[in-house]
Amino acid sequence: MNKVRQREPNVIPGFGITLGFTTFFLCAIVLIPLAALVLKAGGMDFSRFIDVITSPRAVASYRLSFGAAMLSAAVNMVFGFALAWTLVRYDFPGRNFVDAIIDMPFALPTAVSGIALTAVFAGNGWIGQYLEPMGIKVAYTWIGITVALTLIGMPFVVRTVQPAIAEVQRDLEDAAETLGAGRFYVFRRIIIPTVLPALLTGFTLAFARAVGEYGSVVFIAGNMPMKTEITPLLIFIKLEEFDYVGAAALGCVMLAISFVMLLAINLLQLWGRKRMMVSR
Amino acid sequence: MAGPSTSAELAAELASRPGHTNLGSTMVRWLLISVSLFFLGALLAAPLAAVFATALEKGWQAYFSSFGDPDTRSAIRLTLITAAIVVPVNTVFGITAAWCIAKFEFRGKSILITLIDLPLAVSPIVSGLIYVLLFGLNGWFGAWLQEHEINIVYALPGIVLATMFVTFPYVARELIPLMQQLGNDEEEAAITLGAGGWFTFFRVTLPRIRWGLVYGVILCNARAMGEFGAVSVVSGNIRGLTTTMPLQIEILYNEYNFVGAFAVASMLSMLAVVTLIIKTLVERSGYRRR
Repeated sequence: MNKVRQREPNVIPGFGITLGFTTFFLCAIVLIPLAALVLKAGGMDFSRFIDVITSPRAVASYRLSFGAAMLSAAVNMVFGFALAWTLVRYDFPGRNFVDAIIDMPFALPTAVSGIALTAVFAGNGWIGQYLEPMGIKVAYTWIGITVALTLIGMPFVVRTVQPAIAEVQRDLEDAAETLGAGRFYVFRRIIIPTVLPALLTGFTLAFARAVGEYGSVVFIAGNMPMKTEITPLLIFIKLEEFDYVGAAALGCVMLAISFVMLLAINLLQLWGRKRMMVSR
Repeated sequence: MAGPSTSAELAAELASRPGHTNLGSTMVRWLLISVSLFFLGALLAAPLAAVFATALEKGWQAYFSSFGDPDTRSAIRLTLITAAIVVPVNTVFGITAAWCIAKFEFRGKSILITLIDLPLAVSPIVSGLIYVLLFGLNGWFGAWLQEHEINIVYALPGIVLATMFVTFPYVARELIPLMQQLGNDEEEAAITLGAGGWFTFFRVTLPRIRWGLVYGVILCNARAMGEFGAVSVVSGNIRGLTTTMPLQIEILYNEYNFVGAFAVASMLSMLAVVTLIIKTLVERSGYRRR
């Protein structure tokens, strides 16, 4: 068998079997179940489908899920950039430790971060007790939801932006400063253009993760219909009421959002790579 | 840009010139460091510390006795069983997918990669929902399963399937770029010299991807043990039977048994810490994440 294969460009065995197994497993675990969701929702009357996904309670939940996810991703863009910059450019005691714990939200179960954040930001919590007298109620409001989503999305932004900051050419910065450019000018004209694709990719990744997040949010959210009820929770409630069709319809909306986000992430990464090649 | 017009702008301009930057850049530096640390402290360090503080609120005795609760014990057992099934299966899948994608050129490869990543973009609730729609009472196979008295939803198989879906991409994602970067040369040499496929994999490929594999497996494991949303949908929360550790946290928390809830949470936090330590060690050993 080897003798025949050697004349072909690729002598490595196992193409058929690995491709077959990968495709089979992908279909069994991911694609067929997702198709079941789409078909279940597709099986319902179209006007009913529209009614379910545009009901006031659903729309309120989209507004909250989107708004909080967007806000948390924006917060992460600012603080994530500061963190990434600090980790790449500055040396300070404990830098390696800080760098290591950035990934904590990846490894920490969402239910744990949910109850932990609630404990800290509740009215009698370590941080909540100082915010509450100032009139800022975090736990059981949209602010708490945003805080939880910010924690979940943080590593996405930092880990995407870090390598991009390392790519910024220091000599270009130095040259600009030597020529009399101010720090803000250097930041705006040299650093931001280099880091922008990574920053937007990080934003999108954090947003995509945050919009569907459930575990860390349900504990801190308060879960009041129309006010602090996120879309994933609404799906959960519909399931508990045995409204499978309604749950499937809302699930389809979430799935459509996931696809759009995936597309956006791929396009952003493509754009980033192109820019990188042009600048070299 | 026109020249500086006010004295403030002039001062800023002067301060920004080389030789004048020291004070300013030191300030910016410490400002950024403190903002970053404050952000991390409030968002990450304080909650983590709160987990252990609340768990130990009533002393070590109460902490340890909360693990004596039979429901908590069975939740720990269920979590371990689930991870013991899911992690090996997803590891085999990850290696197979990475071999196929990294070693061969074929049409539709980028679509395949995107589809493997798909579960990362899907909401955990949707990940659970799809299995309820397939195997639940009103689902596609629901009637057939009931006839044959097979329970998938609200039982172990459903929990395993939902966890498998959520952690599906982790090993593959780690191995694909690594194997692509390593290239085919050494495997081709081994095969040309007469080595078999398995021999080549175990003796040539595996030693070179082992750190990436460890990395993917520990992340997959951490997520498998900690998955909440997807499992919550398929589990049915039958106490002592279909509750995993994260679900047990929710049950105890909603019963205001904070010591119990945070004790279980502290165990999962330690799992996360151990995961990060292994990850850091793997990176120290020279493995770089792409």
